Amino acid sequence: MKDLENGKMSGHSNWPEWVYVGVVIALLCYVGAEAWNIERIIEHVPADAEIIQVTGQQWLWTFEHEDGTKEIGELHLEKGKAYKFEVTSKDVIHSFNIHDYTVLMDAVPGRVNTVWFSPTDAGEFPIQCREYCGMIHYNMRGTLYVQDGV
Amino acid sequence: MFSTHHTDIGLLYLITSLAFMFMGGALALVLRLELFAPGTQVIADAMTYNRIFTVHGTTLIFLFILPSASAFGNYLVPIMVRYKDMAYPKLNAIAFWMIPPAGALIWLGFADFTWYAYPTYSVISAPGPAADMWIFGLKILGVSSLLGAINFVVTILKCKHPDLPLSKMPLLAWSYLASSLIIIVAIPTFAAALLMLLTDRLGVSGFFNPAMGGDPIAYQHLFWFTFHPEVYVLVIPAIGFMYEIFPRFSRKPIFSHSSGVFAFVLLMLVGFASWAHHMYATGMSFTEKTVFMVGTLAAVPASAMHVFNFLATMWGGRIKFATPIMWAVGGIALFFSAGAGGVVNSAMPLDFITHDSYWVVGHFHLFVMGTILFGTVGFIYYMFPYITGRMYNEMWGKVHFILSFVGTVMVFFTQHLLGLYGMPRRIYDYPPFPEWVQMNIIISIGAFIIGISMAIFLGNLIYSSAKGKPADMDDPFGLGGKYYFPYQAKTPHTENGGYH
Repeated sequence: MKDLENGKMSGHSNWPEWVYVGVVIALLCYVGAEAWNIERIIEHVPADAEIIQVTGQQWLWTFEHEDGTKEIGELHLEKGKAYKFEVTSKDVIHSFNIHDYTVLMDAVPGRVNTVWFSPTDAGEFPIQCREYCGMIHYNMRGTLYVQDGV
Repeated sequence: MFSTHHTDIGLLYLITSLAFMFMGGALALVLRLELFAPGTQVIADAMTYNRIFTVHGTTLIFLFILPSASAFGNYLVPIMVRYKDMAYPKLNAIAFWMIPPAGALIWLGFADFTWYAYPTYSVISAPGPAADMWIFGLKILGVSSLLGAINFVVTILKCKHPDLPLSKMPLLAWSYLASSLIIIVAIPTFAAALLMLLTDRLGVSGFFNPAMGGDPIAYQHLFWFTFHPEVYVLVIPAIGFMYEIFPRFSRKPIFSHSSGVFAFVLLMLVGFASWAHHMYATGMSFTEKTVFMVGTLAAVPASAMHVFNFLATMWGGRIKFATPIMWAVGGIALFFSAGAGGVVNSAMPLDFITHDSYWVVGHFHLFVMGTILFGTVGFIYYMFPYITGRMYNEMWGKVHFILSFVGTVMVFFTQHLLGLYGMPRRIYDYPPFPEWVQMNIIISIGAFIIGISMAIFLGNLIYSSAKGKPADMDDPFGLGGKYYFPYQAKTPHTENGGYH
């Protein structure tokens, strides 16, 4: 009753709420710190990464290797090597995505965004567009072929 | 119909928003029918599909959620602050009457550039006049919600009865104060961006067009500076509804009024610190991403405090599980799930798995459908006897809840998984990967369960408002007694809305 007289709405302890909020904040700090640390590590591009220029346009992907070879809708890479994609667009915003390797970067006209990865398994993997770009957005797909190195 | 009285306008808002809810929901069912299996099902071409999901999103956000919140705000805020009407009754009517023409522009245009309208697609590629009609429609809706927000803020701060301190004001009224202040700060940014988008489309400017020296990413910043806080505008009134429902049906006072107020204010402020977490993949620097991740995580404790408050209010109460509290309980369960998924999105490395995939679709639908629609529908059942003088059918109300809850879990939890399997959002057709096909079938079935439940809802509303049992206006839910200390009156209609 003392609490009621002091103007509180009911006579209960506030400790459970403080403890609960404390636990929530601790969990969030853990998630934030872990995410910060991992992002810092995975953004570090290896020095020997081969550069591949990726251009999105309605509605296909063009890839240009360092030696000047161009591919449309298909990308041939070697297992175990590191690749750095320089992603841009000719018309509207697209998003370059190889889901199996968590490669995702927006292709923005007038900008070059970079993202890197290193394929660990040989095989075929779908490439797709993850940002709405118009009529054939649903079928703006390609294939990544990862071959065993020589 | 052209009344300026606050309850009449509230009713107009409610009927309009419900009509748009059924229309927008019907579009979702068409989309799910199309995605039931790979290949063309019911929609002949991709462009029609794109137009349908654009109008689905625009309708449900701007023509259902926002007006339905205004509906109950108009109904209850003046009563709760003990004033005879809204501060500006005519302005109130004008704000409402802007909605039908805006809705007509959006539905007659049927634009295709998603509810984001990101340039450069929206500038150089989206077909007119649909796109331009959408821009004008949104412009009108923006002005409408600004006028409504100003009206709420003035009503609460200037017309509040002098005997009622702000600290004792009911939490539902607090929710309107918080969400209206967010609208006033956030909306003008998008209004400016829309105008720039329009002149870009006309070719006289190049704000967002790189070919003319502009920057498409600038639009995304302006857009999300408005629409991330807007998420809180949508969810805060729904939380306010739950603050009304839980104490009454638990026959106990709210666990902590002050922590509810604190959480609203906190949410209102930190809501502005997280907008660019929608844009990690646009090529942001590591520092930018870190800042917006921290800003996003900072919004979690406030939401978690609301959940705690609800559970603690129910704890030890003599709960009567009538339809309204069932919806509210379902709403907090889904609110919690949505929040947990949101933490995953905000963690930078994980966002690159989930971004623009079906995970995101599942995530935000758990908010807009699982939390906001559940809170709103629960509150519609709660207010039904007070508005119509008749009782809804309790059994069908519960059937509606159970079907909707099962359907929502089936649809949106499965969409999270589908996103982890890499299916992008906003696609008309998909390759026949076996996992994708199976999950899409589950989702479509869930969507039709929700569709059936909403048909039951519509039937219940129409039948009960005409032929339902007359309600006992003193205690329509049979809760008995003075169960909601410290509130004195028995119903929100009598004696200052039941607050003192």
